[in-house]
Amino acid sequence: MTRLRPIVPFAAFVALAIAVQCGTRLTGSEFRLTQLTMSLYYALVVLGLCLLMGYAGQVSLGHGAFFAAGGYTTAVLTTHDFSRHPGGPWGDWLQQAHVFVSHPDLYGNTVLTVAPWAAFIAAMLVTLVLASIIGYPALRLRGHYLAMATLGFGLIVSKMLLGSTTTGAADGINGVPEWRLPFGLVVSGKSPVRVQNYYLACCLVLLALVLLQNLVRSRVGRALLAVREREVAANALGINTAAYKLKVFVLSALLAAVAGVFFTHYTGGIGPSEAGALKSIRYVALAAAGGMANLWGVTGTSLILNYLSLRGAFGSYDNAVFGAILIMIISLAPDGPLKPLGARLARLVPGRPREKAGALPGTADCRERSGSDGAA
Amino acid sequence: MALLEVENVRRSFGGLTAVDNVTFAVQSRHIKAVIGPNGAGKTTLFNIISGLLRPQSGQVRFQGSLIGGLKPHQVARAGLSRTFQNPALFPQMTVLENVMSGRHLKTRSEFLACAMRLPWQTREEAAIRHQAMARLDYVGLAHLAAFPASALAFGQRRMVELARALAAEPRLLLLDEPASGLNTREKQDLGELISRIRNTGVTIVLVEHDMSLVMRLADEILVLHHGATIAEGTPAAIQSDPKVVSVYLGGEFQDVAPGPKS
Repeated sequence: MTRLRPIVPFAAFVALAIAVQCGTRLTGSEFRLTQLTMSLYYALVVLGLCLLMGYAGQVSLGHGAFFAAGGYTTAVLTTHDFSRHPGGPWGDWLQQAHVFVSHPDLYGNTVLTVAPWAAFIAAMLVTLVLASIIGYPALRLRGHYLAMATLGFGLIVSKMLLGSTTTGAADGINGVPEWRLPFGLVVSGKSPVRVQNYYLACCLVLLALVLLQNLVRSRVGRALLAVREREVAANALGINTAAYKLKVFVLSALLAAVAGVFFTHYTGGIGPSEAGALKSIRYVALAAAGGMANLWGVTGTSLILNYLSLRGAFGSYDNAVFGAILIMIISLAPDGPLKPLGARLARLVPGRPREKAGALPGTADCRERSGSDGAA
Repeated sequence: MALLEVENVRRSFGGLTAVDNVTFAVQSRHIKAVIGPNGAGKTTLFNIISGLLRPQSGQVRFQGSLIGGLKPHQVARAGLSRTFQNPALFPQMTVLENVMSGRHLKTRSEFLACAMRLPWQTREEAAIRHQAMARLDYVGLAHLAAFPASALAFGQRRMVELARALAAEPRLLLLDEPASGLNTREKQDLGELISRIRNTGVTIVLVEHDMSLVMRLADEILVLHHGATIAEGTPAAIQSDPKVVSVYLGGEFQDVAPGPKS
């Protein structure tokens, strides 16, 4: 029974995902799955932020920019016609390796674009380089330098996307092709594959949850927590805090970029608002609302709030709502609203052991007892 | 050959010279106590040895190789563990997790292995847990393993921090005022624990104000005053050293000096 306990939330997630899909089928509102799928991809970004902020204690105000870095790299490479510069001497080789694919465009001309899988790899490399450049100097220092650096980075990225014709300026990029994966899976927003894409996104989030859950309950997870709690002590234990901070920052940026790539193929395009500071702050607000160091809480709040936002539930107050959430969390419940709520619920359930909640029973006694135990 | 050699180490903060040309050596398996009034530079000296501060001049050698100026995590890797004046536990972790994090140096699974729970990683994790539990048992706090560190009493935090430092299997253990804030009985237990640790082959350097503990434990004592060494020798020699007596009983330190001033 206790061995199965870790699997319970994952099973609940799968059951809920299936129930939601069946529900929409029964009520004839399968169109809702589209916004849910998008919310699932956004949840990946927030999960990465949860690892970075919740566990390692480092603040990023630029995760929207990493999402956009992934999305835009894919969008540009898969829509730009390379037939005039087909990669110089490697052109033939690249085509043979299916890095370049030629296909007819809307007007019947043959265009040469990068294959989605190659664009995905390129997106990961671009994000890796960007995150390393931002993170390396900022994370060698202790304090809020990463927040500053990522905020600036996000502003620069969104202005560059707005100013460049390659990235479609204010219109962004449209007409991103579908991404054909093995096993007949297609990442695309077309309605025949809507259910399939919903489950694909669910699987990605589930995979991220499993991997992150394993990570936070391991040697690396303890090292990250140690960095958050007391960096000096972590260092004295032989933990290379600067290296861990950089690795976890790059990892969470990559997760955001993965989400960006899938999102772009799914919606068929990406716009500059995805890179904006407001989007980045929204991710932070969602992570805070989920309790920061709480993978399941963060997934839940991120799915629900993003879904409501995408359905237009907040109207023109969309960004204001997320700002308000952030302010309320910080001032009223710094641990997120779920933890106090959970504690209150636990109090309602009689007879449940609560050994981890609060102080030791009779701390004064334990102090005395520790003396005799030390000698034993 | 000495395990730790500190040569002419100097460090000042602005106009204040906290550590002034201090030289000493610690023999393997010895307990060396560093004593001196508040502000004598003891903690600064510890911070230099453990890599938190760079010496402005002078050298620190550990097992013959230079460690002065290395980063704290590199010093720790060389085999040197420390505790802090105020126990620096990770409050949100459980007691056991705190000690488990002390095994960091002796283990190697990284992001990929941990995220995928590769077979050797789960074996290593089980070994970490086992080892950490053994250290907790060693300091007599195994029964508190599942409690959050923030729930412990002060003396217990000290012991957990000591267990965490031991989990790294150091050759040299630096203890920064291990007895401060402990009651008489806890101090006695701590003294026994420290000599037990020494008997396992660990060399110990401790900064301490509790003179009865220092005199009982130390093989050698180094006395600092205003950053400089004023005496070094066996406990018996230090006790009768006129310089030391004048520093401690010269009326500068009312908590130590019995007299009309206090």
